[in-house]
Amino acid sequence: MRETAAHPQLVERMPLLQAALHAPGAFYLLAIMGAFLTLWTPGFFTAANLTNVALQVAVLTIVALGMTLIILTEGIDLSLGPVLGLCGVGASLMIVAGYPLPLAIGAAVIIGACFGLLNGTLIAVVGMPPFIVTLGSFGIAQSIATVLTQGDSVVNLPSYFRWFNDGVFLAVPVPIWATFAAFAATWLLLYGTKFGRYVFAIGGNRQALILTGTRVEIYHIAVYVYGGVLAALASFIMTARMNAAHPTIGVGLEFDAIAAVILGGTSFEKGRGGIAGTVVGALAVGVLRNGLNLVGVGTEWQVAIVGLVIITAVALDSLRRLNT
Amino acid sequence: MSVEASQLAARIGHLPSDRLFVIVSRLAALALLIAALSILSPYFLTWGNFINVMRQAALQFMMAAGLTIVVLTGGIDLAVGAILGLAACLSASLISQGYLVFGVVSALLSGLACGLANGVLVAYGRIPAFIATYGMLWIAHGLGYVFMKGEVIYGLPDGFRFIGAGFVWGIPVPVLIAVALLVVLHVLLHATVLGRAIYAIGGNPTAARLSGMPIERRLLAVYALSGLLSGVAALVVIARINAADSSLGEDLLLPAIAAVCLGGTSLFGGVGGIAGTAIGSVILALIVNGLNLLGVQTFWQNAVMGAIILVSVLADQLGGARLIRQ
Repeated sequence: MRETAAHPQLVERMPLLQAALHAPGAFYLLAIMGAFLTLWTPGFFTAANLTNVALQVAVLTIVALGMTLIILTEGIDLSLGPVLGLCGVGASLMIVAGYPLPLAIGAAVIIGACFGLLNGTLIAVVGMPPFIVTLGSFGIAQSIATVLTQGDSVVNLPSYFRWFNDGVFLAVPVPIWATFAAFAATWLLLYGTKFGRYVFAIGGNRQALILTGTRVEIYHIAVYVYGGVLAALASFIMTARMNAAHPTIGVGLEFDAIAAVILGGTSFEKGRGGIAGTVVGALAVGVLRNGLNLVGVGTEWQVAIVGLVIITAVALDSLRRLNT
Repeated sequence: MSVEASQLAARIGHLPSDRLFVIVSRLAALALLIAALSILSPYFLTWGNFINVMRQAALQFMMAAGLTIVVLTGGIDLAVGAILGLAACLSASLISQGYLVFGVVSALLSGLACGLANGVLVAYGRIPAFIATYGMLWIAHGLGYVFMKGEVIYGLPDGFRFIGAGFVWGIPVPVLIAVALLVVLHVLLHATVLGRAIYAIGGNPTAARLSGMPIERRLLAVYALSGLLSGVAALVVIARINAADSSLGEDLLLPAIAAVCLGGTSLFGGVGGIAGTAIGSVILALIVNGLNLLGVQTFWQNAVMGAIILVSVLADQLGGARLIRQ
């Protein structure tokens, strides 16, 4: 929005070109990957596989939505993956021990919120760099999850738990409903409330926001808490899909989430971006991984390729900023 | 040199209170740890354990040395552990097949190449350091997995193992290497053009740019050096543990950052130094040694590293150290 406003005449003359220039990398990646896979791999453009992709990106999208708000404040949360793993382990242990489901959900949400509170406080109040703080809590969350299960998986979950992944409501799978719900909630928060406007403002010009007399810290902390809570909720889908909770299952998820956010056009600077792009970004990462699987590229290469995609996307974003 | 010496004397004489807090708190932590461990474990104050701790600290220092220099410029290198892992895999594979020279060269070159890539992305691509090196982390991990295909390499020749497991005059060779590295890097930081540029860029990048410093070239050199040092550390590590696999580098990032934070180097650059990281590495090695002696499960290791990072930076901030720009 801001960029198009800077060149009103250009936009009038070449709206399509301008739109293409400013479309996030995710659109291109998705279009190219989609076309390539449809033409070359017969298994890709089938209802079964596309549903599979949608189910696979549900967890990623939910986590990436929280990550978007965090990155909009010029922050980052490297701990979201391990926090998701810890929430899954904590909730599963409670359920296996016989506690009712609502209590387990409550516990997971509290764990996610506590890590968000810890991260947010150290970042917003103390002023420590986000990647250092969340790298520290990364280690803490991963360790606690491993200690809780002594390195094993939590198995023997009751059969109803699988509903979080396998359930179908009004012909739409539950994870897709959950993704819609998370998107709608985040959309309302970001574009319909004071909190949302402050999220953009914290990234855009934190100093100005402080000078208006706003209690910036509270909103800044709330962003990290929201990210943690979304990760906690996503952990149920993840656990149901695996039919087990493993302490390190979430490690690396934060990496895909960051990739989705950046590919979706959210910039690391000045609070530019939004959550619609993130959904496309998550789809692009999901299709990329799915496509690499279909073509027969091993997980080892996938790790390196997604790393390369992140760097390329950020480099293009930085080039584009230099040009405009 | 005499000018250098007088400057140093002036700096110690007029040490600001925040630096004083950092130095005093680290020495206090060191003394407390040694006292507590001597009481808690009868095995702690033995020569064998002392050698063990010093060797561990030396390895830790080598892994954190390159990172320190990057952090001094106000950047970060999240890929240090992953680059070390990749270099270790490549060189261990070649050395175990008998190509000693190629193995050593491959470790240094792969480290340098990854570091150069980081440097290009950060200095010329203007990509935030934490995201460029985070991408590189996964690229290096991925290449390591691809290269190793899940295998473990072990059994390196004795001549090579000397640099990790050998002794000279009763001192472990890694300790001697670490001391040499400490001296070289200290001189580099305090008596060369590059060293001055590192502090200048970290302290005030705008002023550094306005004074005509070739910032891009200097930053490229810094990240390349960090990669190269990861390659050097990789050689000593595989010589010490006599094995390598693709997961080697996974758990090395948190300790490296913890050593730098414990060493009192500002995460925003410009303040701190390599000697601090040496002290930080000794403290870290003592903590790990203490946990082992007290029988704490290794599952806790990551939590301890995370807590050390958070607590040491928080303490410096609350202790009045201007480590963090508000």
